[in-house]
Amino acid sequence: MWSQIAEEWPRFATYYNLVFIAKAAGTTLALSALGCILGTAIGLALAVTRVTRSRWLAPLRILALIFTEVFRRVPFLVTLMLCFFAFQATGYDIPLFAVAAVSVTVIAGAFLAEIIRGGFKSVHPNQWEAAATMNFSLLDTIRLVILPQAWRIVLPPAFGYFVMFIKDTALASQIGVIELTYVGKVLNNKGFSAALSFGVILLVYFAISYPLSRLGVLLEARLASSRHRRA
Amino acid sequence: MHHLDIAGLEARYGEHTVLSGIDLTVGRADVIGLIGPSGSGKSTILRVLMGLLPPVAGMVKLDGEGVNYADATQVRRLRDRIAIVFQQYNLFQNMSVLENVCVAPVKIKKRPRKEVEEEARALLAKVGLGDKLKRYPDELSGGQQQRVAIVRALALHPEILLLDEVTAALDPELVSEVLDTIRLLAKEGMTMLIVSHEMAFIREVASRVVFMAGGKIVETGAPAQIFDAPEHARTRDFVSKILRH
Ligand SMILES: Nc1ncnc2c1ncn2[C@@H]1O[C@H](COP(=O)(O)OP(=O)(O)OP(=O)(O)O)[C@@H](O)[C@H]1O
Ligand SMILES: [Mg+2]
Repeated sequence: MWSQIAEEWPRFATYYNLVFIAKAAGTTLALSALGCILGTAIGLALAVTRVTRSRWLAPLRILALIFTEVFRRVPFLVTLMLCFFAFQATGYDIPLFAVAAVSVTVIAGAFLAEIIRGGFKSVHPNQWEAAATMNFSLLDTIRLVILPQAWRIVLPPAFGYFVMFIKDTALASQIGVIELTYVGKVLNNKGFSAALSFGVILLVYFAISYPLSRLGVLLEARLASSRHRRA
Repeated sequence: MHHLDIAGLEARYGEHTVLSGIDLTVGRADVIGLIGPSGSGKSTILRVLMGLLPPVAGMVKLDGEGVNYADATQVRRLRDRIAIVFQQYNLFQNMSVLENVCVAPVKIKKRPRKEVEEEARALLAKVGLGDKLKRYPDELSGGQQQRVAIVRALALHPEILLLDEVTAALDPELVSEVLDTIRLLAKEGMTMLIVSHEMAFIREVASRVVFMAGGKIVETGAPAQIFDAPEHARTRDFVSKILRH
């Protein structure tokens, strides 16, 4: 296998191919980053919506509940197809990347909402009560009291999810987004061996996800040693 | 006019009625001692007053004005005037002692941080915690946490202070310390509702004592009356048992 790869390498490592791979890596990275960052923002918004109490917000609470429950249960590929055809139905020429980005954000938002809500629930109810009696608004309570205590519960599953999630962006190739997996297939079709084509792709995936897991471990260690712990 | 007027108050946890027909009037600068066996509903009264448990019937009036606990604005206004020290302290676990005291005045009431901190330091020093400002709740003993909780409530400058078993975790030396503070507060015109198992403390500090059992007020009177000449058998029974300890 190695000799074959060595033989193929000069043909493989052309400027054109490397740019092709780099661009695809950029797309995978962008999809992952969008999913993680926007997904966290949306997840947080959904989790906060679900702990509101006011009667006026009841419809919003129900929407948030439906959103999280549905998109956590539907396979990623199905959401992707759904978005794809929904966008197509609008008649506008919407870039495939945007379709993938929206699907990815929706899915990540639903999953992270549940992870963050679990974190909220891990904080003792008396912390909410103390804040309430001192007239903290809901957002102040979350920001000043609940999130600082919930992070340590939220981080491990959140980063576990991020890492899984990077792999899932590969499904975007199914609607024709030129990301890493797509490029792997193209190179393979061009006549390069599967070992080389997908081996290189594998390394790039690893290069993206490994630093993320390290960041997660680092943050957890920081939090564990910080004084933000609970009794 | 009464500072606090409670009439026909009823509260439930689910199907379980924990308070029924509570009538209680509290004048300005009154210090009410709430006593009664465990589970009689003492903490629940304070929780209802704070708007943590909506009453199912009855009326609470503040300075003669009825409070609608279903109205968030009214509850907010009420909480601007009443502060509570919880039986379990409920200190913010993610904040230092100083931050626990300062967070609401600074972040919620928008008072200048410098002024609030000065006051907080002075109050904390007064209750013997001057060297614990940077500590976190889980690094403090129960009695220390209790004192932080008292200071946190005082820093809100309430008109009415609700205290739930604030001496339970204190040693005798500190009990007298807290007692002094409470007496001083009473003299400054603060209205207080104090729940306590500590009869000597209640006798000393309360202007009126309320004895509760089974979610109802059994008897109300001056400390001397409740402790030395209770009218009801239920009160007599409780007082004699607890004084024998
Ligand atoms: N969160 C809750 N959910 C359901 N029932 C509750 C809850 N909190 C209290 N209760 C019940 O309400 C009743 C009154 O409780 P409360 O805490 O007011 O008693 P208390 O007089 O303060 O007792 P203690 O002296 O032990 O603090 C008890 O029967 C208790 O079991
Ligand atoms: Mg109690």
